[in-house]
Amino acid sequence: MATVELRFSAQPEHVRTARLVAAAVARRAGVDEAVLDEVRLAVGEACSRAVGLHRSNGVLTPVRVVLTEEEKSFSIEVGDEVPGAGVAAADAVGVPGARDEAPAEEFDDADGEDEMGLAVIRGLVDDVEVRAGEEGGVIRMTWPTTPAVALP
Amino acid sequence: MDLSLSTRNVSGPSGDRTVVEVGGEIDVYTAPKLREQLVELVNDGSYHLVVDMEGVDFLDSTGLGVLVGGLKRVRAHEGSLRLVCNQERILKIFRITGLTKVFPIHTSVDEAVNATD
Repeated sequence: MATVELRFSAQPEHVRTARLVAAAVARRAGVDEAVLDEVRLAVGEACSRAVGLHRSNGVLTPVRVVLTEEEKSFSIEVGDEVPGAGVAAADAVGVPGARDEAPAEEFDDADGEDEMGLAVIRGLVDDVEVRAGEEGGVIRMTWPTTPAVALP
Repeated sequence: MDLSLSTRNVSGPSGDRTVVEVGGEIDVYTAPKLREQLVELVNDGSYHLVVDMEGVDFLDSTGLGVLVGGLKRVRAHEGSLRLVCNQERILKIFRITGLTKVFPIHTSVDEAVNATD
């Protein structure tokens, strides 16, 4: 089950909120302080991309951010609701087979800035997974956590 | 934190330079303001820009896109765009995107203004 789930309307001004929430939850989950900047940047990139996709495709539903604390890791899933949009993302991060799962219909993927966003995510996060489907795309990023020292 | 912008003109050995001091967060929401500022400067004939990023707390790919756009505009007028940045977390973003090869990055405004290459 998700630790924290966030939905926000696809407006650029809300991406900052998503960054702040993600960093706060990551810190609590035990993600190393030195990595929090990377978490903030990566989730911001994924959210900016989703906002851009929703807006350029006229999708009115919110962008979804799911933050999950697991035993030894912390993961963030950013989901858009633009069918097939994850395909280019999957290609960009080199996920094999992603294209086969995508629907055939046309979609308006973003421009060069989108690719730069993905380049940043790929450069920052070792564990990235991209899924594309009929309901939209999901970028999943995972970071290791160090377990908190139990207080007496 | 929102984006703050201020500009000033400084004389260097190769002529006048316009220093754009940027503070706060450059992201998908605030980057359009920086883009407007750079476009306005170029339209007004300032083709040699120094963007001082020492006060920037956060930079994402949208911000990088705006800086690349600014570089493209000044180059169309045989101008230059130099960056001032000493913050490791901001420099890292330029490195992972390969943009350290595209932008001259300086450690101080003085150094950028006096650069002659």
